[in-house]
Amino acid sequence: MKFRTKSIHVGNQRDPQTGAVVPPIHVASTFVQPGAGEWGEFDYSRSGNPTRKNFETTIAALEGGSGALAFASGMAATHCATMLFSTGDHIVAGTDIYGGTYRLLHKISNRSGIETTLAAANDLDALEKAITPNTKMLWIESPGNPLMSITDIKACAAIAKKHGILLGVDSTFATPVLTRPLELGADIVMHSATKYLGGHSDSLGGALVVKDQELFDRLYFIQNATGAVMAPLDSFLASRGLKTLAIRVKEQSKTAMYLAEKLAADSRITRVLYPGLSTHPGHDIAKQQMDSGFGAMLSFEVAGGFEKAKKMAESTKFFQLAVSLGAVESLIEQPASMSHASYDREDRLAHGIQDELIRISVGLEDAEDLWADLDQALSQ
Amino acid sequence: MASKKITNATHGISTVAVQAGEAHQKPGHSITDPIFCASTFTFSDTDAIIRFIEEKEEREEYGRYGNPGEKVAERKLAALEGSEDAILYSSGMAAMVGLVMTKLNAGDEVVFFDECYHRSREFCAKHMSRFGVITRQVKACDYDAMEAAINDKTKLLISESPTNPHLSIIDLDRFAAIGKKHGVETLIDATLATPYNLKPINHGVDYVLHSATKYLAGHNDLLAGVIAGSTEQLEPVRKLRGIMGAVNSAHNIYLLLRGLKTFSLRMQQHNKSGLAVAQFLETHPRVEKVYYPGLESHKYYDVAQKTMSGFGGLITFLVKDADWRATANIVDAVTIPRIAPSLGGVESLIEQPLVMSYYECSPEDRARFGIQDNMIRLAVGIEDTDDLIEDLKQALEA
Ligand SMILES: Cc1ncc(COP(=O)(O)O)c(C=O)c1O
Ligand SMILES: Cc1ncc(COP(=O)(O)O)c(C=O)c1O
Repeated sequence: MKFRTKSIHVGNQRDPQTGAVVPPIHVASTFVQPGAGEWGEFDYSRSGNPTRKNFETTIAALEGGSGALAFASGMAATHCATMLFSTGDHIVAGTDIYGGTYRLLHKISNRSGIETTLAAANDLDALEKAITPNTKMLWIESPGNPLMSITDIKACAAIAKKHGILLGVDSTFATPVLTRPLELGADIVMHSATKYLGGHSDSLGGALVVKDQELFDRLYFIQNATGAVMAPLDSFLASRGLKTLAIRVKEQSKTAMYLAEKLAADSRITRVLYPGLSTHPGHDIAKQQMDSGFGAMLSFEVAGGFEKAKKMAESTKFFQLAVSLGAVESLIEQPASMSHASYDREDRLAHGIQDELIRISVGLEDAEDLWADLDQALSQ
Repeated sequence: MASKKITNATHGISTVAVQAGEAHQKPGHSITDPIFCASTFTFSDTDAIIRFIEEKEEREEYGRYGNPGEKVAERKLAALEGSEDAILYSSGMAAMVGLVMTKLNAGDEVVFFDECYHRSREFCAKHMSRFGVITRQVKACDYDAMEAAINDKTKLLISESPTNPHLSIIDLDRFAAIGKKHGVETLIDATLATPYNLKPINHGVDYVLHSATKYLAGHNDLLAGVIAGSTEQLEPVRKLRGIMGAVNSAHNIYLLLRGLKTFSLRMQQHNKSGLAVAQFLETHPRVEKVYYPGLESHKYYDVAQKTMSGFGGLITFLVKDADWRATANIVDAVTIPRIAPSLGGVESLIEQPLVMSYYECSPEDRARFGIQDNMIRLAVGIEDTDDLIEDLKQALEA
């Protein structure tokens, strides 16, 4: 069964009782049991819920995993993964990880005595050097935010394997349509389902997908014990989102490529960061590990500095000024004043985040309408 | 405030689907429209009521008369259709009933092309007749017969295009011209075409009806109906809806809006897979005939090419030398399409019209409706095209 067919049918079996083509939404917090001490498949919704299970089954199939767990948000999913570790353990993470993950690792996990070292994930030597005897996990993100840096997942998997540690990949930007990290040797795939999986900017969610049953059991234990599960209504919306995931992501990637080429050829733009462009430093790896497109996130630098970029971000009509990404509506933001404003300017610059950098999340609107919108905003 | 008007004349259809009808800045600054689960809407004081009644302020009053989310959906649907206005209903049938109850009074007449959705014809023939409305039915695409059926009592001409299950295509210019010539309003049920593939308003048709349950919502998870047309012509229809009460729910409307965001993408895929599957079936030795407007062999291929930009996911075909049971065996042997009525969702559905919709009909009536024992209707979803073809192949060759 191919990807699109799986996204519609796996995990969405017809309801055996009523024949409903779309499985019912089970809002129950608890489930009546067959007898005292006899347990049915579901007992209590924190431990498992049929609607959540449907979404988990579908996303596991799409990622090529054996099991998935759905969470209340992407951060809840990442947090669950970090809870695998104990005092004294160590995590190596890419420098381009999502800011919320950075915050979790440096301000929360450290309280439990779990230390994190950041290393440039596109510099495999640096990454490997950061590994110590206490390191338990390598955590990477590809494409990375906001520079769309590409990390070689297969190579990272080889490093993780060599050192006997887990490889976790935040695959939010790539989605299983473009990249399936488990097939490349990763142990855990994480998604902010808030983004492309749900795809309509209308719910928060997260997911962890794994191949290994023992790892799944450990994560499930943590999820059940800590309780940050995805709600039934959101699970339904997430499942509904998965049914159009492939067509959305392919179309959005196609439009992003079109816009990247337009921007690259425009004199008002000094630099475009999109892995689909041959000028992007990660292009060759992206070509290998991304199928049918390079994603729908792209960044670019506007000639004229901070004010010019700010003005541009405020002047678009279809690109709405908001953080987040991955939905049908196109969004625009200026990392220096929005997503990365909490960093010191020096730190930002050290990370390559210039004041004039603009990040866009390309939605489903017509490519030409979106270009016309960027074009007029750049002239403001 | 709605954002600068986005219509299908000024913007691409994907842009219309995602953004039209929505305010640029929404309540609570949320990116999506909130779901207003309100049965009623409060007034700050007596003067506010008076301002509302004197039409100095546009706002909601009571859930049966309107809901903010419903307005967004109606504006988006009108933008897709290229019409001035659109009215949303709890189902496609409720939309049909809403229109005919508004337009037809005792003594009035309505003429149908006989391949129009059978429940619509049944409603007029069996129920409107109780109020003295006369329903005439003429052979689909027989424009002379339609014209001949018109008299000075005739108020409405109704057809579907494409029709179901034969996928006949109406020449909308001719159909609308007959109405104009005789001063009779025209209605097209374009459920199978959707505004992605057909824009009846551009051909001069007065009203366009959709079972939004199908492609517009697109996920087989809600019921909805819509009628599009001019504000003036729809005004009494909207008033009657407020009285009869077949409004949709705030939750459903949200799901419909969400479905519309991917409407253009889904239709591209339905069109692509529909054509590929139809072509596959046409060349298969076990298939006697395929009804699909995108095939050159289709009776109305030329009209379809002229008026439509794609042909959707619905395909009807006849199995060669098969009785009803042998045909049923094929339906039972497919594994991806589910056996169910309806169409237009992401999941493919399959059915045998003889069993699903005409089981209790006499053989004579079935013959009259053109429902053959060896007929299968397939609603192609957006699964992988190769998977669907592979599945049909194994079922046909089982
Ligand atoms: C790459 C990436 N990872 C993780 C997250 C966190 O997900 P959530 O916001 O759903 O908690 C985000 C979202 O902001 C993200 O962009
Ligand atoms: C062409 C057509 N028109 C109208 C309807 C009625 O719509 P609904 O089922 O939404 O009431 C249907 C569906 O059953 C249909 O296929």
